[in-house]
Amino acid sequence: MEIGLSHYLTVAAILFTLGTVGIFLNRKNVIVILMSVELILLAVNINLVSFSAFLGNIVGQVFALLVLTVAAAEAAIGLAILVVYYRNRGSIAVEDINAMKG
Amino acid sequence: MSVAAAFFYLFAGVLVASAFMVIASRNPIHSVLFLILCFVNAAGLFILIGAEFLALILVVVYVGAVAVLFLFVVMMLDVDFVELRQGFLQYLPIGALIGVIFLAELVLVVGSWATSSTVATAPQIAQATAGLSNTQMLGRVLYTDYVYFFEAAGMVLLVAMIGAIVLTLRHKTNVKRQNISAQVARTPETAMDVVKVRPGQGI
Repeated sequence: MEIGLSHYLTVAAILFTLGTVGIFLNRKNVIVILMSVELILLAVNINLVSFSAFLGNIVGQVFALLVLTVAAAEAAIGLAILVVYYRNRGSIAVEDINAMKG
Repeated sequence: MSVAAAFFYLFAGVLVASAFMVIASRNPIHSVLFLILCFVNAAGLFILIGAEFLALILVVVYVGAVAVLFLFVVMMLDVDFVELRQGFLQYLPIGALIGVIFLAELVLVVGSWATSSTVATAPQIAQATAGLSNTQMLGRVLYTDYVYFFEAAGMVLLVAMIGAIVLTLRHKTNVKRQNISAQVARTPETAMDVVKVRPGQGI
């Protein structure tokens, strides 16, 4: 059976779902939440690249490159905030992050 | 089953399994390691589909930088991860429910879209770049039509770098540090004191 576009889209959909479920399951652990966000962005990238390949248009890969950049920046900033927060509060539990009463 | 299909199922299976282990493993260090496995397998999928440059960038950027950053942070923070695990089973039903709903919706969308088979009949967009490698094609597009987006990506990375440094830099108050402006501002008048000592008297 030939591997088509829908195979790649299915893999990306499963990966996206695992990412969202990961956010819900690890509600107390910010590090795993950040990793789940990385999984979601990876699923988006798989979608973009597979559409780019099967439609024969390279622009999708350019956009995937930009998504990769933003994901790396987001991970760096998120982990920096996490380190500063741990330094100030001594904990990274999500429910302790309520200083703004949001 | 062709070799490409076999490799697709291998990469996709390991990808999904390791993504599951990322969200389900008890130890965050194991989560990071499974995340690395996940990215390597995604890179394999990208190579399979013909996007070699993005595959290698994925390995370099994610495995080489982001995953190591995660690993550093996980190992640096002295956190009781067992305590953070509590509530996992409590959130399992709602998480599983939302996951099932998400997956059903996505499968419905992809299924209905794939059966309408717009892609199978979509004409291959004629490219003036035929015969070039993936990297060359990407470079030709990225540095001409999308050069402003490229510059913006560079700005995003710069801002992220400055932000991370500003957030995490701290000066300890009880450590002696070099004060360069004070050093440079020293003059002979402030630095030296010429004392005339008469013989036999002392200061």
